[in-house]
Amino acid sequence: MASSVLQVENLTKRYGDVEALRGVSFAVEEGEVFGLLGPNGAGKTTTVEILEGLRTPDAGRASVCGLDPQRDAEALKHEIGASLQATSLPDKMRVSEALWLFASFYKRRRNPEELLKRFGLEEKRNSFYGQLSGGQKQRLALAMALVNDPRVLFFDEPTAGLDPQVRREIYDVIEELRRDKRTVLLTTHYIEEAERLCDRVAIVDYGKVIALGTPRELKARSANTTRIEVRLAKPASSGILQKLDGVVDAREVDGSHVLHCQRPPQAIVALVKHLEAEGNELVSLEIATPSLEDVFIEVTGRRLRD
Amino acid sequence: MRNFATLTRMRVRLAFRNKMFFFFVLVMPFAFFFLYAGVFAKSVPRTVGFYLGPLLAFNVMGSFWGLSATLVMFREQGILRRFHVAPVTASDMLASSIVANYVLTLPIVLVELLLARFLFHVPSLGNPISLFLLVSVGLISFGSLGLVIASITNTMQETQVLNQLLWLPLIFLSGATFPLAYLPRFVQRFGLFLPATYLVNGLQQTIVNSASPWSRYVEIISLACWALLTFFMSAQLFRWEPESKIPRRAKLLVAATAIPFLVLGVWENRSDRILEEARSAFVSLNAPASHGGSASH
Repeated sequence: MASSVLQVENLTKRYGDVEALRGVSFAVEEGEVFGLLGPNGAGKTTTVEILEGLRTPDAGRASVCGLDPQRDAEALKHEIGASLQATSLPDKMRVSEALWLFASFYKRRRNPEELLKRFGLEEKRNSFYGQLSGGQKQRLALAMALVNDPRVLFFDEPTAGLDPQVRREIYDVIEELRRDKRTVLLTTHYIEEAERLCDRVAIVDYGKVIALGTPRELKARSANTTRIEVRLAKPASSGILQKLDGVVDAREVDGSHVLHCQRPPQAIVALVKHLEAEGNELVSLEIATPSLEDVFIEVTGRRLRD
Repeated sequence: MRNFATLTRMRVRLAFRNKMFFFFVLVMPFAFFFLYAGVFAKSVPRTVGFYLGPLLAFNVMGSFWGLSATLVMFREQGILRRFHVAPVTASDMLASSIVANYVLTLPIVLVELLLARFLFHVPSLGNPISLFLLVSVGLISFGSLGLVIASITNTMQETQVLNQLLWLPLIFLSGATFPLAYLPRFVQRFGLFLPATYLVNGLQQTIVNSASPWSRYVEIISLACWALLTFFMSAQLFRWEPESKIPRRAKLLVAATAIPFLVLGVWENRSDRILEEARSAFVSLNAPASHGGSASH
């Protein structure tokens, strides 16, 4: 454990009355893409910004490449690359200028021209930052994060607010980094992003890590159950649905009933019989294999979508 | 040091691409120049010379508008945060703002001096070393004041209100717009507590009486000390994050920046030296013998 590139132990942080972090712990190994998955306000960004040296925790310990992000902030900044949330560049700065400027800040650096090419920004090299589309800005942010050839990369919600096609472009970039065996800490509130990109995922909610493992391990928790999501014409009590044959767990989430079932056929038959007896009707029924979303629902009783 | 140099070059380059910059740093100063020289001074060479010091002071002091607004904008838009995750320090950021402003404003001052000399035939531009020193300490100190303002306000709106609140007394009670000698006595006495008054008087005496740097040591040294103090405070108060709070000690630190001119103001109020100088410059301007231009003397 001592050799972990990133180590976080019991971090706490409060902003006024809000407890943003309530004891977050995890470790990330060299060459791993590690995801912090959770809804907005779960404490993902606070955790990442503590590791980047931008914020000070109230208590707990953090170490990045063996450095303390607060005490060794200067040395740390040469080792990390980051794409932040809620950031920008001056509107009238050109793409290539931004890369060259930031490259000039570091002792170790990569050729900005090579990065322009790799991130498909060659055509935009002379464009002003203010003229770029959201996707182009994000690609530039990722290119800038790599400009010092960092040991650890932090990507805070790299695809938030981007349309699906652009999001896929960003995924390609991150998958390439994963093949390069870069150490990446990624935050996201998109399930598919965590499942697709991360070697391991920590699910974060209300300032705590509530589950941690590889996406496969996490899903295995619900592997022997199938999720059936139904909408009903009339309200029904989850307590009663839970007692149906074959149903392990039932919850009401956003107006639908989510049933976790061990024997789906029996459960469906039991459900239909029950509804008939109650004079209720099925509006829709969906059967899904478990995803990280189910893990989240299981642990928190809520959906991840905000 | 290297970061500071690259950041300065970046700031200068960005300024040239900014329409607001062109308006505030190029159009406004020259509009004021022609207003002072052509209208207030009615193109009379000696009168233009009299107003030239206050006019330069006016432009030099204006530095704090641009610097405070840019820094607040950089913070509000999250631009500073991006620099913060890179190995860039607060002093890199602040010093580059000051130097970029200096490099951009100095040529304007120079052009104004040349216009005054060759277009309006001002008899003498005075001691060049005093001029250079006063303009320099003025640009650095008022620039730093802008950086302090940026750090003690949270939004652009607050920044502009504070700028306005400071700007009005600085230009109206210091002799930068109305000659000091022209103002009521109690206003003159109040003016002695403002750094602006020393910049105006120093520049005016330099141009009108060709004052040497030695004879202007009070103005030069007091503004230089103030520059150091305000720059130091701006580094203490600097905030990278839009949502970070203004530190509680901020009020104390800001109050400390007023100390040099409070002390100097008490001192100068007892001696009356500066008010005398301002008065005699004003009187000699209106003396009948002096009309008709002095270039022929």
